[in-house]
Amino acid sequence: MTDAVTRRAAMLGAGATAGSLLFAGSGAKAQGKPSELRVGITTFLSGSASVFGVPAKQAAELLFEEVNKAGGIGGVPVRPIFVDEAPGTDHLVGEFRRLVQNEGVQLIFASISSGSCLACTPLSDEMKKTTVLWDCGTQRIFEEGQHPYAFRTQGYGTPEVLAPLLYLLKHKPDFRTLAVINQDYAWGRDSWELWKSAMDVLKPGVRVVAEMFPRFGATDYSTEVTRLLAARPDVILSTSWGGDLVTLLRQAAERRLFDRSTFVLPVCEPSLPTLGRTMAAGHIIGTRGDHWNNHPSPKDPARLKRFVDAYRAKYNDYPIYPCHHMAQAISATQAAYAKAIAAKGGGWPNDAELAAAFRGLTFDTPTSSITLREDGQGLEDQIVGISSFNAQYPFAVPKDMILFPAAMVSTPVGRKSVDWLKSLTPDFLNQIPAPIAG
Amino acid sequence: MADWFTDNSLLLGLALLDGLANAALIFMVAVGLNLVFGVLRIVNVAHGSLFAIGAYAAASIGMFFAARGLPPWMGYVALVLAAVAIGAVLGPLIERLLLRRIYGHEDVLQLLVTFALFMILEDVQKLVWGVQPVSQDAPLKFLGTVDIPFGEDVIPFTAYQLFVIPGVAVVTLLGLAWFLRRTLTGRVIVAVTTDKEAATAMGIDAARITLLTFSFGAGLAALGGALASPTLALVPGIGAQTIVLSFAVVATAGLGQIEGAALTALLIGLGRSIAVYFAPEFEVVVPYLIMVAVLLVRPQGLFGVIETRRV
Repeated sequence: MTDAVTRRAAMLGAGATAGSLLFAGSGAKAQGKPSELRVGITTFLSGSASVFGVPAKQAAELLFEEVNKAGGIGGVPVRPIFVDEAPGTDHLVGEFRRLVQNEGVQLIFASISSGSCLACTPLSDEMKKTTVLWDCGTQRIFEEGQHPYAFRTQGYGTPEVLAPLLYLLKHKPDFRTLAVINQDYAWGRDSWELWKSAMDVLKPGVRVVAEMFPRFGATDYSTEVTRLLAARPDVILSTSWGGDLVTLLRQAAERRLFDRSTFVLPVCEPSLPTLGRTMAAGHIIGTRGDHWNNHPSPKDPARLKRFVDAYRAKYNDYPIYPCHHMAQAISATQAAYAKAIAAKGGGWPNDAELAAAFRGLTFDTPTSSITLREDGQGLEDQIVGISSFNAQYPFAVPKDMILFPAAMVSTPVGRKSVDWLKSLTPDFLNQIPAPIAG
Repeated sequence: MADWFTDNSLLLGLALLDGLANAALIFMVAVGLNLVFGVLRIVNVAHGSLFAIGAYAAASIGMFFAARGLPPWMGYVALVLAAVAIGAVLGPLIERLLLRRIYGHEDVLQLLVTFALFMILEDVQKLVWGVQPVSQDAPLKFLGTVDIPFGEDVIPFTAYQLFVIPGVAVVTLLGLAWFLRRTLTGRVIVAVTTDKEAATAMGIDAARITLLTFSFGAGLAALGGALASPTLALVPGIGAQTIVLSFAVVATAGLGQIEGAALTALLIGLGRSIAVYFAPEFEVVVPYLIMVAVLLVRPQGLFGVIETRRV
């Protein structure tokens, strides 16, 4: 009995010693530079939103390859680990935990879907893991709560809807009737609420002749197009995207709807290469930011050209806005690590130190600089223009572009977007800048 | 009520035209699913993938023709070629390699196998055609538009939408009815549908009939996709969107009922287009409201027959 107790005690002691050494070892390792920087990236790899998700993944692979060739981030090679967000938020929540607990990622890029981001940000709080919201647009993230480890490295719904509305009010101030046709899900409904809130105060009296929210992923819009042809609104707003938007615009073009109404399409840039010459000239188009490939005066033209050329060479397509948003997330990560490492005198930052570096960070993109506000929201300028054709591109690109400064069209910190939009007055229109040259 | 109809008669007329085209497309997809269930007694979840692959194949063949400078009307040949190719190649492959192994097994196994096939075919689409929207609208543009009077205005409709899609659907319905009732092969199919055991006992090669029927059903799904392809942008996921509506049609019509599928498609097509004009919030649920209403009154479906359970 005594021997047994002694053996058990010895084994327990050995185990405890080994465990404490192992624990101490891993703790020490966490203070040092890791052998690789693992980044979990959630994006749509399947389903209809893969029209955004796969190009973004390709952009990440291209850019991380370049980063690694140049020595990595802080001298550490980067390994992206991609996760498909198509199976839904329940699946994604599990994947987020797996990425942190099993894969040991240092930070996460999440996501395209607003629903995915709304699910991931509470996890970033709970697991204290820096989470870069690289593409989703819902204004609710930072307006409904504080997330110390979450940062959005691009604009969001409010400026992306307000800027096209301001452009419309400048370009076609005498419109009297409007119809909306958006996809029937959160973005389609939220973007209409944002638009209507602002339109009602900036141009009261506009009559909404049709509000249509076809099923997400609908394959036929012929009935909606007929109704729009019959209603003859001065303006048709659609924040739809992907295959839905391409189908809608093709059916609209075939039936001469472009001749009867002015379209406002805040999210149409990714669809323009597919539409080619089917897209009509003279309509208002946006790209969820300022990163048009034909930006007339980018901050770093050589960098923009290098990115566009490299992407085209590798994938035989023009980079679309999710590619630019991914590039922004990567630029922000590089800048944040550089800042955190410098703040630590060359040491490798832990989770809290990395998150602290992101807060208030300013980083360069090929077209401008983006600053992350104190609430974590990025301030990205918006460029809106009129669809037109030139010899350089086989598809529509904007002309008469207006650059809306992010601070002008973004909701102030601490306020709710709809409340802020409702508080605007027609004087606000005096702030609209002149079109940029080029 | 009469005043409402008078006030909205013009809009109702437009809704009727839209509804007919919509119904025709719904019918083209659902009828193949219905036929396959009638004979094979398998609920084929992968039917929507055959629709999608038919659409992609038609667009690819159409683009191939266009790139070689062939006349635009060859776009119609592309539609037929795509449907025939899917029916003749993919249909027999799926039936021989997969479905034949699960006839008579538990429903859940059939669902699992066809769902697995659906997932595989979805990935095949991404591998072959990528994730960016694919479009080929030469057949749509070839016929141009027709101006329909609307009060003092006119509303342009595509001739393809007004004439081609409903025309093909009507020909398919009449052709199928004639084939199943007036030809020997058709009657054999009906015999296998009614009582496979008795038909086999009388010397009918049921295996050949199931192969033929599934391939034909696959071809119909592909033809539906091919017909729809000039009007839409092809992206991953269109197969899934299609199959849900097709199941609603089949359940409402009564499993295995061709005419029932046509009538249900018409009800749903018209219901959806009228909803877009007068109650757009209900457009998405109209097919399911119709399904629920029919099944409450006739649980076996509009044209379904109550079967006695075999012990």
